[in-house]
Amino acid sequence: MSSKKDPDVSKKPRSAFSRRGFLGGVGVGGGVLGSGLLSPVAEAAPASGPAAVPITLKINGKTQNLTLEPRVTLLDALRNHLDLTGAKRVCDRGTCGACTVILNGRVVYSCTVLAIDAQGKEIQTIEGIAPAGKLHPVSAAFVQHDAQQCGYCTPGFVMAAKGYLDRHAPKSIEDVEKGLGGNLCRCGTYVGVRQAVLEASREMKGGRNA
Amino acid sequence: MQPFEYANPTTVKEAVGLLGNKWDEAAVLAGGTDLISLMKDYVYSPKRLVNIKNIKELGGIRADKAGLRIGAAATIDELAESPLVAKNFPSLAQAARGVTSPQIRNMGTVGGDLCQRPRCWYYRDGQGLLASPGGRSLVTNGENKYHAILGNGGPAKFVSASSLGPALIALGATLTLQSSSGSRKVAADKFFVTPSAEGSREIALLPNELLTEILVPMGGTKNATYEVRQKEALDWPLATASVALKMSGSTVSSARVVLGHVAPMPWAATQADQFLAGKSLTEAVAEDAAKAALSNATPLSQNAYKVQLARVAVKRALMAAAGARG
Repeated sequence: MSSKKDPDVSKKPRSAFSRRGFLGGVGVGGGVLGSGLLSPVAEAAPASGPAAVPITLKINGKTQNLTLEPRVTLLDALRNHLDLTGAKRVCDRGTCGACTVILNGRVVYSCTVLAIDAQGKEIQTIEGIAPAGKLHPVSAAFVQHDAQQCGYCTPGFVMAAKGYLDRHAPKSIEDVEKGLGGNLCRCGTYVGVRQAVLEASREMKGGRNA
Repeated sequence: MQPFEYANPTTVKEAVGLLGNKWDEAAVLAGGTDLISLMKDYVYSPKRLVNIKNIKELGGIRADKAGLRIGAAATIDELAESPLVAKNFPSLAQAARGVTSPQIRNMGTVGGDLCQRPRCWYYRDGQGLLASPGGRSLVTNGENKYHAILGNGGPAKFVSASSLGPALIALGATLTLQSSSGSRKVAADKFFVTPSAEGSREIALLPNELLTEILVPMGGTKNATYEVRQKEALDWPLATASVALKMSGSTVSSARVVLGHVAPMPWAATQADQFLAGKSLTEAVAEDAAKAALSNATPLSQNAYKVQLARVAVKRALMAAAGARG
């Protein structure tokens, strides 16, 4: 699976300590207690990490057990540890929407949610919105209206549209524009996307069928 | 992102016990919409994150005799959708709806909006909050079209990123800050500060404190927020104005006009407040109040256009408030 891992495209730290130095200085297994760096952790609220810790995620109804550092985002957990590569890593800064998933019924940017923070929540990804071999009404409407070009933003748009239609019944293109305001398409397929979402809305009978 | 320790307290007492005396010891993790990106860019690398989303007492929006109580961890979406807020404080509901992208409103919190760091691109590039490496301002000498047009005489040229701050100041809100040694109340207009030295922050919160609650008094004001923005999709506004008017019949008895995204802190336009007092609110009066609000503007080399945008925001917010129910 390592060949599938997204490269770490973020900048290297300028002056901050290296990861190796940090872990070496504080002890990998023992956390940072007693290192003198931090105040002691209250007993009732134990801290995890910085080394990898067991993390349990409920994704598309299925429980997944992982061992991850607290700094791993939900997006990277999905893509690099669970092979769920539908959610895309594009801006990786909570702006473009390509990583959109549904968390407890709400659309979120999975690149700015920590996997450790998503524990105990219902996580829905593009892979889990329709039974195998079938299309969700939103996906079907995207096909019908040619609502994609290169397709890289599409899974995020479909999830954003599904999350939106699960809660709202848009009356106009303007409603859809606002409802999908958190997703970008650099090919400029917005016209098709908006029409697709309006059609899917009729198909989903005005939403509320999550 | 640097490795960090993650703590998951369930009470405020536990949470404040996990904070440090310096910013790099521990950071509060609420929605994470700003913090996680700062950490990915190595602009900020705290050694511990204290998740506050599982602290029940920090959530929710409710009203009592003192006013509207907003938990710091209530989401922007909760604020935008709250009938209580829409009924009494349209300016706050409008400001919350202006926080663009459903994803950000679902994740982002009210406290997080107030504590988010500025969007200045030099700061985000690791050049420091004041963006003056070697004492030379990158802002003054560089790309400053989105920077401050007011309160920019000192080293701080960035604009406050808070969408809710101006409305909360205009409405006279009070913030509760809790540390392990006790709590203190800070008026919203004292919470935001303009830093004069690198390393200090743009809010009065200390590293060992947690913002727990925002109290908005039921003031019986006519209030509104108007944003001027480049696009509907995810971005911060170019200029905003939040106004709260106490009326005596059709006359303004007192006014608070606060501008957003034009200064290193939400900008109390006291000249406009003074101008409006005792006047009947007409379009001409609103226009003159807008001119007064921007009378001290000192735009940088590329952002004089923001002066007019801010005037428009003030005028339209005033007209909206005049039409809004008190």
